[in-house]
Amino acid sequence: MTGKTLYDKLWDSHLVKQRDDGTALIYIDRQLIHEVTSPQAFEGLRMAGRRPWRAEANFATPDHNIPTTREERRLGLEGIRDPISRIQVTTLDDNCKEFGIFELDMNDERQGIVHVVGPEQGATLPGMTIVCGDSHTSTHGALGALAHGIGTSEVEHVMATQCLLQTKMRNMLIRVDGRLNPGVTAKDIVLAIIGEIGTAGGTGYTIEFGGEAIRSLSVEGRMTVCNMAIEAGARAGLIAVDETTLAYIKGRPFAPKGDMWEKAAAAWRGLVSDADAHFDRVVVIDAADIIPQVTWGTSPEMVAPITGEIPDPEKELDPSRRDNMRQALKYMGLQPGTRITDIKLDCIFIGSCTNSRIEDLRAAAAVVKGRKVAANIEMALVVPGSGLVKKQAEAEGLDKIFIDAGLEWREPGCSMCLAMNADQLGAGKHCASTSNRNFEGRQGFGGRTHLVSPAMAAAAAIHGHFVDVRDILFTTDRLV
Amino acid sequence: MRKFTVQSGLVMPLDRANVDTDFIIPKQFLKSIKRSGFGVNLFDEHRYMDKGEPGRDNSGRPLNPDFVMNKPRYKGASVLLARENFGCGSSREHAPWALDDYGFRVIIAPSYADIFFNNCFKNGVLPIVIDRKIVDEIFGEVEANTGYSLLVDLEKQVIVKPDGNSIPFAVDSFRKYCLLHGLDDIGLTLQDAGDIKAFESRWKTAAPWYFGVQA
Repeated sequence: MTGKTLYDKLWDSHLVKQRDDGTALIYIDRQLIHEVTSPQAFEGLRMAGRRPWRAEANFATPDHNIPTTREERRLGLEGIRDPISRIQVTTLDDNCKEFGIFELDMNDERQGIVHVVGPEQGATLPGMTIVCGDSHTSTHGALGALAHGIGTSEVEHVMATQCLLQTKMRNMLIRVDGRLNPGVTAKDIVLAIIGEIGTAGGTGYTIEFGGEAIRSLSVEGRMTVCNMAIEAGARAGLIAVDETTLAYIKGRPFAPKGDMWEKAAAAWRGLVSDADAHFDRVVVIDAADIIPQVTWGTSPEMVAPITGEIPDPEKELDPSRRDNMRQALKYMGLQPGTRITDIKLDCIFIGSCTNSRIEDLRAAAAVVKGRKVAANIEMALVVPGSGLVKKQAEAEGLDKIFIDAGLEWREPGCSMCLAMNADQLGAGKHCASTSNRNFEGRQGFGGRTHLVSPAMAAAAAIHGHFVDVRDILFTTDRLV
Repeated sequence: MRKFTVQSGLVMPLDRANVDTDFIIPKQFLKSIKRSGFGVNLFDEHRYMDKGEPGRDNSGRPLNPDFVMNKPRYKGASVLLARENFGCGSSREHAPWALDDYGFRVIIAPSYADIFFNNCFKNGVLPIVIDRKIVDEIFGEVEANTGYSLLVDLEKQVIVKPDGNSIPFAVDSFRKYCLLHGLDDIGLTLQDAGDIKAFESRWKTAAPWYFGVQA
């Protein structure tokens, strides 16, 4: 008998009922909730006269609509100028009160992007099944939890039944062997993976990320990788539990304590794929081949190394891909053959559930320290992922470094990753963004997004166009 | 949920791969706390020439004459013909809500993103997967014939073309059952409440650290 993958183990341990038709009922340990995809689910419960199956399994915080300027935040709910956004946020508050659900509301110091706050609070634990009405729920797989995004009907289903109806996915292993070169980050790994397998490469799979380069990442870096599993088409990404995982979790508010911690940690150490486990697909990437990545198009798979250039659609053999590339370049206002370093920028966004944690902010600050944002940059935002990340960054003086360099230091939220609040990219403007999606209109109507790591975004802010961050980090006296 | 049995309708082609859910319904419309009313903003950034806002009257907005939806021959379409990886990106169920609210009951494409695919079934919209070559052929036939319609019979799992030829398609048996009968998943799952309670009780013993730890 062959061994089990980590995904097999998580699936088996949560299987309530396997139906003959291939669907299964999977027990859900934790549901994370935000204001955008939950109101219709709560309304559904109310209409049917249902209560949550286990209210304490739910954890809510508003993030998508939250304003990020200090002035607006000081006013609390009244600071949300858009009345429709305000209603959505107050609706979450009201629903959580009515149904007895734990919420970190917008005025709570611990509020932030749900995918940053969950792990930070220890609400995300290894071995859990986690859902959220948000595709970037895959983030939590970094802690060895089976976590995936669901639609609003499923949010209601999980609230009412504590279960999700699922068919089992196939297993994929993406192994990143060897060591990363200096200046190359988790973001570059995941962008390179998406460039390799495509945005539909992981469809129908749960992806486990492994190999030396992944194991050497901090938990925060692992979250960046798993966060973008969905951009490769996989609803869930996973990384095996190790001592790095356990050290990250220990002592967090929702984590078990004392004896319970010891027992839990012992169980969690088994959350790894067996040596003889079968994967339906294995992709092997050499870490040494990865260099800083920049997207040039309107899909995360349209990505090139910083040393490269924009490809020519006319050389693409597949007609569907060729049309896609043409449409993307037209939207982006870019020409084939342009060097990536010649792409001029108007805006910088450092934030999002992909890259707004303390290590991301440290990496960006290390690049801009003592420098100034280029004159052609009209807007440069740094938006921490949570109130606690913000507090930590301020304790380390990172806010001052950003402000001195000419970047804006904001309050926590999703901000310009999807621009549901007032933080929007103007039409035709190019933005170096540490977020996860470069879709048309994603950061604002007509806006042009380039996905990069925090250090690359910071370097672009200083130069006004893309540069190889390794040139900045390693050609001065500021070796990191 | 509305039942889905047989649907006959005009086909609208959307000749573009990797259509994401931001394309289907832009983020500003996600501020609504309702499930309905998204149809007028379906494909908003491509359908109109200006930027749409929630709550705004859309009747006077300038239409993009080049976008397929605005061509008179596709008015009233209920079958959407699409390309690979349709519905990728955000998990927003507002995407199938918008498609449904506009009047689309069937989508035909070579492949879909998982979350979107799943969300369609929860809303009485049938996403059909068929081979890329056949999708290519239908794109050609739609282009060549104004008023091109297809009949989709879920019970028999066939698409019937205007020339009478049938294309079989596969569908998960549980999803088919729910669509045919218009069944609500929650009600069905709660029939297994005993199994859920029994599992929960075992799991609470095996992994008590997931229960009851509060900040």
